[in-house]
Amino acid sequence: MNRKSSERKFVFICLAPATILLVLLMFIPTVNVFRMSLYKMGGITNSQKFVGFKNFQSIMGDKNFLQAMQNQILVIVMVTLFTVILAVLFATLLQRGSFKGNNLFRVIFYIPNILSIVVIAGIFGAIYNPGTGLLNTFLRAVGLDALARQWMSEGQIPIYSVIFALVWQAIGYYMVMYMASMAAIPPDYYEAASLDGATEIQMFSKITFPLIWSNIRTTLTFYIISTINLSFLFVQIMSNGGPNGKTEVALNYMYKQAYGNSSYGYGMAIGVVIFIFSFALAAIVNKITDREVYEF
Amino acid sequence: MKNSKPGKIISKIFVYIALLTLAISVIIPVGWVFMASFKRNSEFMGADVSPWALPKQLFYQNFIVAFKDANMGTFFFNSVIVTALAMILLLVLALPASYVLARFSFRGKKILNTGYMAGLFININYIVVPIFLMLSSANKALGVEWFLNNRFVLAVVYAASALPFTVYLLSGYFKTLPKGFEEAAYIDGCGYFKTMVKIMIPMAKPSIITVILFNFLSFWNEYIIAYTLMDGNDTLAMGLKNLMAVEKTATNYGIMYAGLVIVMLPTLILYIAVQKRLTEGMTLGGLKG
Repeated sequence: MNRKSSERKFVFICLAPATILLVLLMFIPTVNVFRMSLYKMGGITNSQKFVGFKNFQSIMGDKNFLQAMQNQILVIVMVTLFTVILAVLFATLLQRGSFKGNNLFRVIFYIPNILSIVVIAGIFGAIYNPGTGLLNTFLRAVGLDALARQWMSEGQIPIYSVIFALVWQAIGYYMVMYMASMAAIPPDYYEAASLDGATEIQMFSKITFPLIWSNIRTTLTFYIISTINLSFLFVQIMSNGGPNGKTEVALNYMYKQAYGNSSYGYGMAIGVVIFIFSFALAAIVNKITDREVYEF
Repeated sequence: MKNSKPGKIISKIFVYIALLTLAISVIIPVGWVFMASFKRNSEFMGADVSPWALPKQLFYQNFIVAFKDANMGTFFFNSVIVTALAMILLLVLALPASYVLARFSFRGKKILNTGYMAGLFININYIVVPIFLMLSSANKALGVEWFLNNRFVLAVVYAASALPFTVYLLSGYFKTLPKGFEEAAYIDGCGYFKTMVKIMIPMAKPSIITVILFNFLSFWNEYIIAYTLMDGNDTLAMGLKNLMAVEKTATNYGIMYAGLVIVMLPTLILYIAVQKRLTEGMTLGGLKG
């Protein structure tokens, strides 16, 4: 009996501090996002007025928000597409090819993932600078002057410049992930295929790809969530949505409304919409990519 | 032989070209920032200046100016304090919680486990403004200025935001340890607390190191929470953003690139030292952002 009660005490003391912090700084703010989305909140006077779903109605007619969502969807689709293709390609090359410097390449490719998003924005500021930027001066040096652009302001280009930076930062991370799941494939599969005269491309499409498919499928959810987050951080630092909302993304618009504009209720309603959107998108992607899983 | 020799060589060349292209696209921009941090301001402007030229001399004064005049020294100190405090708090809170969740059975365990799992889905970018409002209303209610622009509070927020993933990782590891150790310890008269601190936590060292590595990177690189909650006690990432904003108007390129180097150098050194552990640990699961 005594032992039982001292065990209970121990369990309580170990769990209470962490759990209190989790509830206070993670769960309550999350509940507040939903609660505040139903209120109209003034900035300075801190007045609160319950308005029901009115904030959500305003969102539907907010052209700037719709533009931000449009950009966001484009960013998610393009970043996912290019990163999956490149990460799988390089993972295959490193995993299947046996040549010198294999490990060195892996180490280099992963570097962007350890850099702060502020550093990445700084680096791409140096790359995209129209006059003295690395990209334009390189293009001019190799005689491709015609391709030099105002990467962060001209026409429809800026959002693609953002996409390029996000792909650059993501490839290494997902490549390492795919390499790990490729390493789990038993080597005799490849030996058997090779004895049957299969080419590397056939081995990829018949062995590697089907066997890492469930891993790729899991990462699709990662892409949706992390692209929404990282595009916000990158854009917030790099352009803050400009010029003219061309690089505006969903969470940055929310942050501007809530923190910059002090329309907390409206900002949180936008947050709720983005949150539901990301969940729905992940569920849809999960559903349509559902196919028979090959096991080994 | 199934493949003709020249075909094999050509495909190998293509593979190398692909690998080198990506490697160069990573190394050149990062390396260029290091080079640019040693250039004088006059080497950035003017019609005949190429950004690809090497610095005329190692103009290390950029770093001195960045540290002193641009306050990057103070911000560096702030970042060190916040990262260290957050890490200590996180370990002190998460280790006992994960241990108990993994190895004891008690009422409410299922709810707590679900709660911590649910925490994995909460993203800080959505709740950073509500956290800000909560802290500012705490200030108003108590008539103090303590809750905002406070390095300790920032560290607490960092620790809380890292809790779900850390508990998930650590309790997963604690579950794999054999049961016999604790029983032997209890028979020898070791109490619960002593068993945990002296026997079980040391055994979890590999996963603790993984936790420290990942959270060091995320705390050190963190930007949006600090930007929202701090005003004056800036961290390095915030200081860097200010330098970049100044750069657009006043054009002090050399100092900005020195700032970039100051922010990324510690993470690069850590990465080179432990890269194997980091990329292996990553596959334990986890999502950045």
